[in-house]
Amino acid sequence: MRILVVEDDLEAQKYLVNGLKEAGHVVDDATEGETGLTLALSRPYDIAIIDRMLPKMDGLRLVEEIREHGNSTPVLFLSALSEVDDRVKGLKAGGDDYLTKPYAFAELLARLDALMRRRQPAAVKTKLQVGDLELDLLSRVAQRNGSSIDLQPREFRLLEYLMRHAGQVVTRTMLLESVWEYHFDPQTNVIDVHISRLRAKIDKGFERPLLHTVRGAGYMIRAQA
Amino acid sequence: MRAKFARTLAFRIILIYLIAFALSAAAIVAFTYWSTAKALNAQTDRKVADETTSLTELYDQLGLAGLNDAIMERYPFGPQGQLYFLADEQLQRIAGNLASWPALTQLGGGIVEFDYEPRTGELHRARGRVVELTGGFELLVARDVFERYETEKQFTASLPWSVLLTVLLGVAGGTLISRQLVARLGAINRTSREIMSGDLSRRVPVGRSGDEFDALAQNLNRMLDRTERLMRGMREVTDSVAHDLRTPLNRLRNRLESVCRQLIPESNEAAAIEAAIAETDRLIATFNALLLIAEAEAGVAREAMAPFDLRSVVEGVAELYSPLAEEKGVSLDIAPAGAAVIFGNRSLISQALANLLDNAIKYTPAGGHIRILVQETPEGTALAVADTGPGIASEDRVRVVERFVRLEASRNSPGTGLGLSLVAAVARLHDAKLSLEDNKPGLKAILVFPAELPKRSRTKA
Repeated sequence: MRILVVEDDLEAQKYLVNGLKEAGHVVDDATEGETGLTLALSRPYDIAIIDRMLPKMDGLRLVEEIREHGNSTPVLFLSALSEVDDRVKGLKAGGDDYLTKPYAFAELLARLDALMRRRQPAAVKTKLQVGDLELDLLSRVAQRNGSSIDLQPREFRLLEYLMRHAGQVVTRTMLLESVWEYHFDPQTNVIDVHISRLRAKIDKGFERPLLHTVRGAGYMIRAQA
Repeated sequence: MRAKFARTLAFRIILIYLIAFALSAAAIVAFTYWSTAKALNAQTDRKVADETTSLTELYDQLGLAGLNDAIMERYPFGPQGQLYFLADEQLQRIAGNLASWPALTQLGGGIVEFDYEPRTGELHRARGRVVELTGGFELLVARDVFERYETEKQFTASLPWSVLLTVLLGVAGGTLISRQLVARLGAINRTSREIMSGDLSRRVPVGRSGDEFDALAQNLNRMLDRTERLMRGMREVTDSVAHDLRTPLNRLRNRLESVCRQLIPESNEAAAIEAAIAETDRLIATFNALLLIAEAEAGVAREAMAPFDLRSVVEGVAELYSPLAEEKGVSLDIAPAGAAVIFGNRSLISQALANLLDNAIKYTPAGGHIRILVQETPEGTALAVADTGPGIASEDRVRVVERFVRLEASRNSPGTGLGLSLVAAVARLHDAKLSLEDNKPGLKAILVFPAELPKRSRTKA
């Protein structure tokens, strides 16, 4: 992926750029808003990571400008601001996702993957499949190896989200935000408990588990171990 | 409605105005009447006295016959209403234009008043004085004051009408004045309400007359400017504290992570670094919670308030936590209730409920029971989380709401110690009342949101 990073904290920027390069991405960087805008408008990027507070041109303004030029590159905001309504402001300005500093790098990577996936809208699917696990979105039926699995509505949504991001790491925060639509810290390992219940339903009694825990990052559903 | 009107300022102004108006009108009329009557009486008395003196002198010089002539002379030509009566010791008429000696009313100072009949069927009042002449004769000199008495009577007759007119004028004047005052106070009140519901950018309208109301409006506006500046300051402080602490925390976490990536997974070194990362994350969580409390207390989140159904929030959060409760062997249920719409910040209230529920699950032993209640009470909409855990001793209940207070018993369980403080801050932000009660056994945390929905404030972008 070709990624634009606009971040004024040099150390954070260095770390971010190195991490992204290590992960196999091509990265351009800028340390203030105006250069960021010039870069964003002159080259095609798959994704832009933009800090909320930047010298010369604020992150919000930068994204508004990019959007005004008809550029729809997915934007992930990074913010060190306090949270209550900044997220809303960021998304309103045209951002696609919002991550508060400090963040885990795994969280950032997982979100970038999810944003990319969102950018290439696959044909409207009515059925999701991972290995021998099938999820019928119309009849709301889950089946593994031909036998149906009884899921609660929320478990269905959880599984749907995981399967839509099959092969990608999905973090706990992403699940809380997308499946439950909460933007707060639940303090305890609630998501883990939901996952283990789901795992008991889809993987128990099968030789090859589909739902994997990714150490230090989150979860992933995939057919191959 | 009527009782309510009696308590309004308008009513009181009208009443005060009316009383003041009536009293001053009565005082003016009474004084005018009294002084006019006094002046007229004095004039009459002076004329009578002059006449009496001249007649007495005449009597002293010319004797009874001379006096008699003078009276006879003056009687037909005398000024109209001039009355004379000369009588002997037995008060028998010798001369004069009165038929008989009248019944006199003594008024003091030698002044007398009496009624007489100038023509048949008419009764007039007269005022004058009596002198005793040498030789035992009595001379009565008086003037007709009929007209003055007539005026007086008319005045008394018209008094009720005057009173009515005064009342009408009083009410009209009072209404006019109060309406103006109340309209201006109303404008100030309206603006205050809008500001209280979150729109700090509003200002009280200031007139151009520069009177006390304008001064009040200006002072209020200055106060609001200051409050707004303070709020903005608070926001800037939390923002810069957030920024200045998050940036180094971010670097710290980044460095730890990049060190970790270079180590062999699951080696001792990697485990140590991972532990350090976990510790950093706890630090970040505490920091975020503190910041959220500060924001809630500063009322920053007031802008994001809207009406929503508390019931749906309860269902959502309960659903999120129910597997956790189940895993611990604690039953969790929601007491049946209808929709309960409250006005507030949905996200913060969800978080507050999550904190309460998290605590309840943490402290309730296996086999226990947690119940969430949503109830309409006379004080407002109540949200309660009741558990059957060990509860909190009554002397500790106030303390646990403070920041970082963790009771000895819970010192070793995970958590930032800020859970209940956040609940308390969210309660304050919503003018809600947080109380901790004994659930016998266990703890019952109750949040009561005020019944009156504040007017919807403009949501800012």
